[in-house]
Amino acid sequence: MENLAEVRNLSKVYRRGSQNVEVLHHVNLDVPKGDFVALMGPSGSGKTTLLNMIAGLDAPTDGSVTVAGRRIDQLSTDELARWRAGNVGFVFQLYNLLPMLSAQKNVELPLLLTRLDGAQRRRNAGIALKLVGLEARAAHKPSQLSGGEQQRVAIARAIVSDAPLLVCDEPTGDLDRQSAEDVLALLQQLNREHGKTIVMVTHDPKAADHARRVLHLDKGTLVDGQVS
Amino acid sequence: MKYLHLLWASLFRKRARTVLTLLSIAAAFCLFGMLDAVRIAFNGPENINGIDRMVVASRFSIIQSLPLSYAGRIQTVPGVKLVSWANWFGGIYQDEKNFFANFAVSPESTLDANPEFVLSPAEREAFLSTRTGAIVGATLAKRFGWKLGDKIPLKATIYPNKDGTNTWIFDLVGIFHASEPKLRNLERQMLFRYDYFDEGRTFEQGTVGWYTIRIDDPGRAEEIARTIDRMFANSPDETRTDSERAWELSFAKQIGDIGLIVSAIMAAVFFTLLLLTGNTMAQAIRERIPELAVLKTIGFSNRGILALVLAESALLLVLGGLLGLLLTRVLLPVFAAASEGRFDFVLPPQTWLSGVGLMLTFGLAVGLAPALRAMRLRIVDALAGH
Ligand SMILES: Nc1ncnc2c1ncn2[C@@H]1O[C@H](COP(=O)(O)OP(=O)(O)OP(=O)(O)O)[C@@H](O)[C@H]1O
Ligand SMILES: [Mg+2]
Repeated sequence: MENLAEVRNLSKVYRRGSQNVEVLHHVNLDVPKGDFVALMGPSGSGKTTLLNMIAGLDAPTDGSVTVAGRRIDQLSTDELARWRAGNVGFVFQLYNLLPMLSAQKNVELPLLLTRLDGAQRRRNAGIALKLVGLEARAAHKPSQLSGGEQQRVAIARAIVSDAPLLVCDEPTGDLDRQSAEDVLALLQQLNREHGKTIVMVTHDPKAADHARRVLHLDKGTLVDGQVS
Repeated sequence: MKYLHLLWASLFRKRARTVLTLLSIAAAFCLFGMLDAVRIAFNGPENINGIDRMVVASRFSIIQSLPLSYAGRIQTVPGVKLVSWANWFGGIYQDEKNFFANFAVSPESTLDANPEFVLSPAEREAFLSTRTGAIVGATLAKRFGWKLGDKIPLKATIYPNKDGTNTWIFDLVGIFHASEPKLRNLERQMLFRYDYFDEGRTFEQGTVGWYTIRIDDPGRAEEIARTIDRMFANSPDETRTDSERAWELSFAKQIGDIGLIVSAIMAAVFFTLLLLTGNTMAQAIRERIPELAVLKTIGFSNRGILALVLAESALLLVLGGLLGLLLTRVLLPVFAAASEGRFDFVLPPQTWLSGVGLMLTFGLAVGLAPALRAMRLRIVDALAGH
């Protein structure tokens, strides 16, 4: 199957004071289209760092990242921003909704960067909210929603531009069991029925069960990743 | 425009703080509007061209008089149509608290030079033919119940009468009206004849307080004024020819340089405003670092974030500033009315324009540091919380 994301020989070195710390060490990873990968590993093993590289939020020190046939490791900051807008949806542990905007307006945010007019933006955001089962809460502010609902709004925001890749960093880390279950079911549905390719970082083995496969990262190295 | 909702929501994220900030900005710009109106009221037109009436007065002091002989010489200047003159009398009617303005004037030329004093032909004729004649404005006549034919005694404060008394008696021969309602203030004055006054006084004979002249081509006002002043240059009585308004204002300007005072106050006010709003914006952006990081994550460019923060800051200043100028707009007529037409305070388009210019400048100045900070924000750091 065709790969959506290809990570080759990826290294990331952070400077901490006078010391260089290698957070990722020659990582190779293929994520085929339609895959749902759970990335697990101890705290500090580099999961977020790897996810950020795949999503074009950070640049690697060495190696290459190719997503949907495009090398993104050499793009400029502005090119990356434009690329992310069209290619990646983000879901964070703490939802990261804008507190002063309604659910509807939060979901419309990524569409501000498109050519869609106001009516189209409203319509598309409405469809996304309906998909996550929150069309009735469109007018609510984040503070009026439960954690699970906020995370579903965040997922609606991540899919509203119809990006092929969804990256989730501990999307259930802050949720109770039931809400976590709802969010995971939703992600699974997006993967199965809507063909979204998902890379999800998680500490929770139950969460990982929803994925098609689980990868383990330890001290900057994929211990069971397929190397091509 | 599609970002307006986002800007607005960001601005009012902390409603109480934003409202307070807006009120401070409004107060500062309201003051700006008022002071600018005062400045304009106190600074006549820079260029006197376009005015067909000017005042020739002493260059040195508003209380210094000029020789009456200047009348004939001014008349010889090409373009001068008419020369009239006047002298402040400062007489008191019965009691000091009855204060009103009273002058000795050259009767015919003064009436000709000032068509805004409207007098019936019979009254005009009576004034021109009665040496002791005086004319008063309708408001003044009503105030003291004066009628035509009344004898009005004024107690001199500057000029004792030759007859050894301090009292001058005038025959009321005319009651004039102002030609326009907005000139009603003129109706509080009393004018009498210069010849009667000059013969009766004991000193300064043959001098006048100032000349009022009319010219035939308003386009040449500047040039004619310079010609007159050059004619008397290096004499003991140098002149300064200017618009009537500038001359009137020179009385007020004795307080000091109004423009400088206004600028100093505004500088202090705006400096405080800059500190205040600068601090508010910096704080607002600091609180929103994670949100700005989210915007960047979903694809807002660095420049986009910069523009967003600058626009928010400009919006804050413009909202508050317009509110302030609107308040000025409401208050100025109240002040103008309170000054009884002495000052026609207005809020001209230039004030709006320079006001909006200041708002935008301050908005950008205040927003620049937080905007740069937001622009340079590294997503990965901000999301990780450091
Ligand atoms: N900007 C940075 N500068 C310096 N060191 C960093 C930076 N970001 C991450 N690190 C370090 O890199 C290592 C890997 O961090 P990362 O956030 O990828 O781990 P993680 O696996 O996601 O951990 P967790 O499960 O706690 O989220 C950590 O030791 C972290 O301290
Ligand atoms: Mg992490």
